[in-house]
Amino acid sequence: MSERQIQLEVLRYNPETDSEPRLQTYSVPCLNEWVVLDALNYVKDNLDTTLSYRWSCHMAVCGSCGMMINGEPKLACKAFIREYADQIRVEPLANFPIERDLVTAVEDFIAKLASVKPYLIPKEDKPIEAGEFKQTPTELKKYKQYTLCINCMLCYAACPQYGLVPEFLGPAAIALAHRYNQDSRDGGRDQRQEVIASHEGVWECSFVGACSEVCPKHVDPAGALQQVKIASTIDWYKEHLMPWVKK
Amino acid sequence: MEIIKADVAIVGAGGAGLRTAIALAEADPKLRIALISKVYPMRSHTCAAEGGAAGVIKSDDSMTDHFNDTVGGGDWLCDQDAVDFFIAEAPKELMQLEHWGCPWSREPDGSVAVRPFGGMKNKRTWYAADKSGFHILHTLFQTSLKYPTIQRFDEYFATDLLVDDGRCQGLTAIAMMTGQMTQFQAGAVIITAGGAGRMFPFTTNGAIKTGDGMALAYRAGVPLKDMEFVQYHPTGLPNTGILLTEGCRGEGGILVNKDGRRYLQDYGMGPESPIGQPVLKTMELGPRDRLSQAFWHEQRKGNTVQTRWGDCVLLDMRHLGEKKINERLPFVRDLSISYLSVDPVKDPVPIRPVVHYMMGGIHTDINAATPLPGLFAAGECACVSINGANRLGSNSLTELLVFGRQAALSAMAYLESGASPSNDAALAAQAGEAQARITSLFAKSGGAETLSGLRKEMMDLMEEHAGIYRTGEGLAAACDKIFELRQRYADIELHDKSNVYNTDLVQALELGAMLDCAEAVTVGARDRKESRGAHQRLDFTERDDQTYLKHSLAYYQPKEPPHIDYLDVVITKSQPGVRDYSGAKK
Repeated sequence: MSERQIQLEVLRYNPETDSEPRLQTYSVPCLNEWVVLDALNYVKDNLDTTLSYRWSCHMAVCGSCGMMINGEPKLACKAFIREYADQIRVEPLANFPIERDLVTAVEDFIAKLASVKPYLIPKEDKPIEAGEFKQTPTELKKYKQYTLCINCMLCYAACPQYGLVPEFLGPAAIALAHRYNQDSRDGGRDQRQEVIASHEGVWECSFVGACSEVCPKHVDPAGALQQVKIASTIDWYKEHLMPWVKK
Repeated sequence: MEIIKADVAIVGAGGAGLRTAIALAEADPKLRIALISKVYPMRSHTCAAEGGAAGVIKSDDSMTDHFNDTVGGGDWLCDQDAVDFFIAEAPKELMQLEHWGCPWSREPDGSVAVRPFGGMKNKRTWYAADKSGFHILHTLFQTSLKYPTIQRFDEYFATDLLVDDGRCQGLTAIAMMTGQMTQFQAGAVIITAGGAGRMFPFTTNGAIKTGDGMALAYRAGVPLKDMEFVQYHPTGLPNTGILLTEGCRGEGGILVNKDGRRYLQDYGMGPESPIGQPVLKTMELGPRDRLSQAFWHEQRKGNTVQTRWGDCVLLDMRHLGEKKINERLPFVRDLSISYLSVDPVKDPVPIRPVVHYMMGGIHTDINAATPLPGLFAAGECACVSINGANRLGSNSLTELLVFGRQAALSAMAYLESGASPSNDAALAAQAGEAQARITSLFAKSGGAETLSGLRKEMMDLMEEHAGIYRTGEGLAAACDKIFELRQRYADIELHDKSNVYNTDLVQALELGAMLDCAEAVTVGARDRKESRGAHQRLDFTERDDQTYLKHSLAYYQPKEPPHIDYLDVVITKSQPGVRDYSGAKK
C-alpha cells in the first residue's frame, strides 16, 4: 500500500487560552486510500490528543464531520487524500462561530431547521389501524431527493448570502420545508409558507447555486429554493390579482 | 452545580431515545422531558442502518412465521413472551412512522413495499431504499420538533446514575461545550444509548458506539445480560468495515469464494438457489451467524480471495443490473465506489464479516424495566431479550421503536405509582462525587499509559479472542488481560486540560465504558461452555440446552472481574429445535 507524508495544516483555537485562531502543522504518514478524517484520527491518536473535532459514522451519513478542506466545505470522511497535494489545510466550517479547533456552534442551524415545521402535517386524519396513506412511487419520487439531507451544513458554509445575512433561513431548512410541501400526504404548506416565504426565507437567496454544488448527497437545495420562489410568486398573484381564486 | 429537574430523563437521542421522548410527550403534555445525548440526535448511529425494519403486514406473511424466524434465528435464547409482544406491536409502530412521514419505498399501487432478508420465511422488511435507518432517525427527529415539552440537551455526556433509596433518581452529565457538570434530577431515567461495537477494531459501528449507556447501568448495579453474543454482519467492506446491507442479498446478490463457488451450499445452507432468484431462508438468505461462520471456514480452507486488506469473499450483484441497483441499493453502490473503488454494477465487491451488533445489554423485563426501580432501557443498549443468541436482520430498527415506546409507557406508570419524595442532599452529594472523579482525572499527571495505546490493546484482544470462533484458553487469557487493562486505565493522563469541548476527556470516559463492557463479554463467553448462535466455541462445539438454555447476567464489581449469574429463558410455545436453513429439506 502506498504511503505519503502529508503536511496537515489544522486550525487550532482554544477559547480558554488563545486570543485568536492559529494554524498548526502535523506531518502525517497517510495511506492513499485514506480520507482526511483518517489523517485527523492519526493526529489525535499518535501526535496530539488535544485536537478537537466531531466525527462518527465514517460513511458520509451522520453529517458530523463537515469542515473546510483547502477552503472548500467537505465531509472529512469523504475527502480522499489521493485527490489532494501533499499539503492540506483543514479549518472549521465557514459561516459558523468557532467553539474550539474544528468544532463550530450549530444551534442557529438547528433552530432554523425547527422553525420550518419539518414534520408531516397530514391532509386528513387517519388512525393507525386504517393503514398507510397510499403513495405511488411517482408521488414518492417528487420529494424523495429532498429527504436525503444529512444536516451536514456544508451548504450553509458555501452560501454567500448566509455569510452576509445570518437571519437567512438557508438552503437545508428551506429544502426540508419543500420536502414536506411536496409530500402527497402533507397538507401543511400554508403553515410553512409563513416562515419560508418571508423576507428571511427564500427571497434572501441570490441563486448563486453554491449550496447544490457542495451537497454531498445531491439534494439540490438550490433547485428546491427556486421551486419555492415560483410557488410563492404564484401565491402572490393569486392573492393580489385574482383574489376570487382559492389558493 | 446546575440542577435540572425533569419528570423523565432519557440518555441517548437516537431512534430509541427519540421514540421514547415522543411517546412521553404525546401521552402527557405536562411531563417535563429531558433528552440528553452526547451528540446531536441526527448524528446517532441509527442513521447508518441500511436494510430495513421487520413487521408483518402482507397477507402471505403471519405473526407465527415472524415468531418462529425470530426465535429459531436466536437459537432459542429469546424470551418468547417478549417476542410475541414485539411482533404484535411491530406493524403498528412501522405504520406510525408512515403516518409521521417516513419515505418508505412503495409498490406501484401506493402500498408500503417489503423486501426479503436473511433468516426470514416470508418477505417482511419495510425499507426506504437502502437508507432505512437514516430515514427512520430523521423522521423521528423532525417529528420530535413538534413537541415543546421535549427539552434537548445535545452534546451532554452522561457520567453517573444517581441512585438513592434503592431507586434511580437522575444522573450527572458533562455539558461538552463548557465542561460543566450538570445534575439531572428525574423521577425516572430511560437509557437508550446504543451498542458498544467499538470494543472491536473492525466494526460497522460509528465512533460514538462505545457502550456508555450499558456501563452507566452496569456500574449502578444493574446486570448486563447475554453480553457474550456479538453479531458479525457477513458483508462489510474490508478496509473500513463499512456495512453493505443484507438487502444486497435480499435483492439477489450472491456470495462466492475465490473459485467462484457459492460456498454457502457447503455449510448446510444449500442447495444453490438460481442466480437472481433468491430463495427465502436458505443460501445467501441464511442467518448472519451462519454466514459469518462459513467465511471463517472458507478462510481456513484457503478458499478466500487475497486482497491488500486481507482475506475476503466476493459479493456479486452484477446480475441485478444497473437499474435495480440504482433503485434499490443506491447507497451500497455509492459506498463501494467511494471507499473501495469497486462498482457493483461492473465487478464483484470484496467483503468480509464485521462486528455489527450487541445482542446483549442492560437486563430488562418485557416492559423495558431494569431491576433497579426507576431505571428503564431500550434499543441496542438493552437486552429484553428478543434477539437471543443471534439477531434476525431487520428486527433491531423495529425493536427500538416498540421498546422505546414501551419504556416510555412503563416509566409513566412508574411515576404514577407515586414514589416518595427525593432526598435532595443525598443526590447532591452523589453528584458531587461524580464531579470529583472527573476532577481527579484532570489532576493526574505522569501516567505511563496512553488512551490510544490501551484502546488498541483492548481491540486486539477482542478481535483475537472474542471473535467469530472462540476457545476457552483464549477467552481466559482475554479475561485476565482486560482486567489488567482496567487497572492500567487508572493511570491514564489527560493531556487536554481545558473545559471547552474536551474530546480527550470524552474519549477517556468512552474507553472506561468499553473496558467494562469488554470484560462482561469475555467473562460471559469464557463461562458459556457451549456453542449457540453467535457464540461459537471450538472446545464446546454443540449447543447444550441442559446447562445453558439460560441468559447470563454479569454483575459489576469495582475491584474484581464481574460475577456471572444465570436466568431461565422464557419459553412459551417453541421448544429448542434444529435450526434448518437447507433449502433441500423444505
